[in-house]
Amino acid sequence: MTRGAAEPTLVLVIAVGVLVATGVTLLLERSLTRILLGVILLGNGVNLLILLGGRSGAAPLVGTAPAGQMSDALPQAMVLTAVVITFGLTAFLLAVAYRSWYLSGDDEVQDDLEDRQIVRRAERNEVAPADLGGEGPNNDPEQVDPGPALRRLRRHGEQR
Amino acid sequence: MIMVPALVPLPVVLPLLGAALTLILANRPGLQRSVSVVGLATTLAVAVALLVEAYRHGPVVVHVGGWPPPVGIVLVADQLAALMLVVSAAVTLCVLLYSIGQGRGETTESAPVSIYHPTYLVLTAGVTNAFLAGDLFNLFVGFEILLAASFVLITLGGTEARIRTGSTYVVVSVLSSMIFLAAVGLVYAATGTLNLAQLAGRLDALPDGVRLMLQLMLLLAFGIKAAVFPVSAWLPDSYPTAPAPVTAVFAGLLTKVGVYAIIRTETLLFPGGQVSGLLMVVAGLTMMVGILGAVAQSDMKRLFSFTLVSHIGYMIFGVALSSVAGLSGAIFYVVHHITIQTTLFLVAGLVEERAGSTDLRRLGGLARIAPLLAVLFFVPAMNLAGIPPFSGFLGKLGLLQAGVAAGGALPVVLVAAGALTSLLTLYAASRVWNIAFWRAPRLATPGPIVRLPALMVGATAALVALGVALTLAAGPLFRVTVDAATDLRQRTPYVRAVLPPERR
Repeated sequence: MTRGAAEPTLVLVIAVGVLVATGVTLLLERSLTRILLGVILLGNGVNLLILLGGRSGAAPLVGTAPAGQMSDALPQAMVLTAVVITFGLTAFLLAVAYRSWYLSGDDEVQDDLEDRQIVRRAERNEVAPADLGGEGPNNDPEQVDPGPALRRLRRHGEQR
Repeated sequence: MIMVPALVPLPVVLPLLGAALTLILANRPGLQRSVSVVGLATTLAVAVALLVEAYRHGPVVVHVGGWPPPVGIVLVADQLAALMLVVSAAVTLCVLLYSIGQGRGETTESAPVSIYHPTYLVLTAGVTNAFLAGDLFNLFVGFEILLAASFVLITLGGTEARIRTGSTYVVVSVLSSMIFLAAVGLVYAATGTLNLAQLAGRLDALPDGVRLMLQLMLLLAFGIKAAVFPVSAWLPDSYPTAPAPVTAVFAGLLTKVGVYAIIRTETLLFPGGQVSGLLMVVAGLTMMVGILGAVAQSDMKRLFSFTLVSHIGYMIFGVALSSVAGLSGAIFYVVHHITIQTTLFLVAGLVEERAGSTDLRRLGGLARIAPLLAVLFFVPAMNLAGIPPFSGFLGKLGLLQAGVAAGGALPVVLVAAGALTSLLTLYAASRVWNIAFWRAPRLATPGPIVRLPALMVGATAALVALGVALTLAAGPLFRVTVDAATDLRQRTPYVRAVLPPERR
């Protein structure tokens, strides 16, 4: 920030916009590494935004400048905290991405297991198997003899 | 009582100290366990003392480092915060005992690693810090502490499934934190302060458009954390794979911290119900979409994750009404739901321990195989569904009455949606009961009888008892919540306690 400039310059505002926009775009990716880069860009954009919230000016040290010309120290302190937090989270995400690559060979975030099953069923155009077997007394395991439902379940187990 | 303000930071400091100690004692599991238990038990005692003090004499405030607000950081324990502290401390203590019991019962391979206790205590410190925070930035820091700890806990062990669900959880949480942080920056830019008490006055002076934008940004950030409908999809994806005690404490506490933040900001910073219509629509959708998801699930843990999302809707409904009755109902419901939802996840953990799975398709006859387990499930499940005379019934009744009293088309629709959700919850709960407990016996891993560790059963039983005690103590509890809601609506008790008159 330039000394004595009281208003945030347009350049900084545009920089925030670009950082956040690219960050969000990268967040929409599947690969954890790209998401990580997105988080870093987004974090920097937000930190810059906070910095814009305070008045700019001379260093806020007593004796260096009159109080009216000093910059606002509070956003700077907050940004310091936020930078440390973003740093920690980045390190953790990096570790998760590495672990994911180590275990599965890539760092793509898969769909939820349940979601994948639903998609698979939709592709095969079939209805989800009921938990307990079908309708009717023969297939109702709450009846005294759960044999039919057990057989059904066993069949399903083999298919899988 | 001069010493009372000195108690306020303790719920944050004690778990943090405990975390440091347990980290040092990583090689001595016995000592590590004792330190954690003593730390959380002391936190519970302090929280109870704070609640009594806040109920009798109003909010307890401490200026950290002796710096007066608005320059310094303040920690505020008003009735709402103190009540949340008591419930969260009780729940975290029970879950800690449960996880200790689980560690003893299992083989050494899968026992909690030494990092578990320090992380768990840091999580507790983050939760209490968020409850006590008197300024927006400290609230953000509280959230970050609990999130960072929760990242470690949800990926504990680093298996492939947990890494997958963990990455979803981490990315969503980081995104919500970024939105929160941007909102904090904008609030500061607009008002020049972050102290909640001072913001209460200054936000009122802002142009309506700016105020609405700040409000919506904060709501979005907290809504993601609280798993409110359009932004709730991450929760059922990420919770079920974590270890049982971790899921239990996440389900009970973390979403409720988001709800707490919504209650706090909607009452203190943005009173007047500018967005109550939006909140009501969102609350109704959260209830219905959540419970319809629960009905379709065939795994106990996933099913309870969906009921968790669904019942967040009740609390948002209470906040949206923004009347004393609505807020008091919402606070009561938060207390009830923290206890019950945690209990149900602990029971799901016990079922997994006993039967080898929580998949309903592979379970049956647990009522005959493990009668005690059946009782431990039945009571909180009926409580969640809102069967009289349990606290779930009282909480829902309070909210529905407040909705009817508010009048108008939207609240009445919400009352209907609330009643329907309650019925569907009963259906989902009784479905689990019928399949897993009532039909012919069947175990996922048939074999020698596994004896459940006494400590696990004991901790779960204690939480079930706490849930039932909420019913017995509903009268006094409602007095506290009505009092807290009145304070929240008036705003002056909070503002007057934090700021000297000339600085408002």
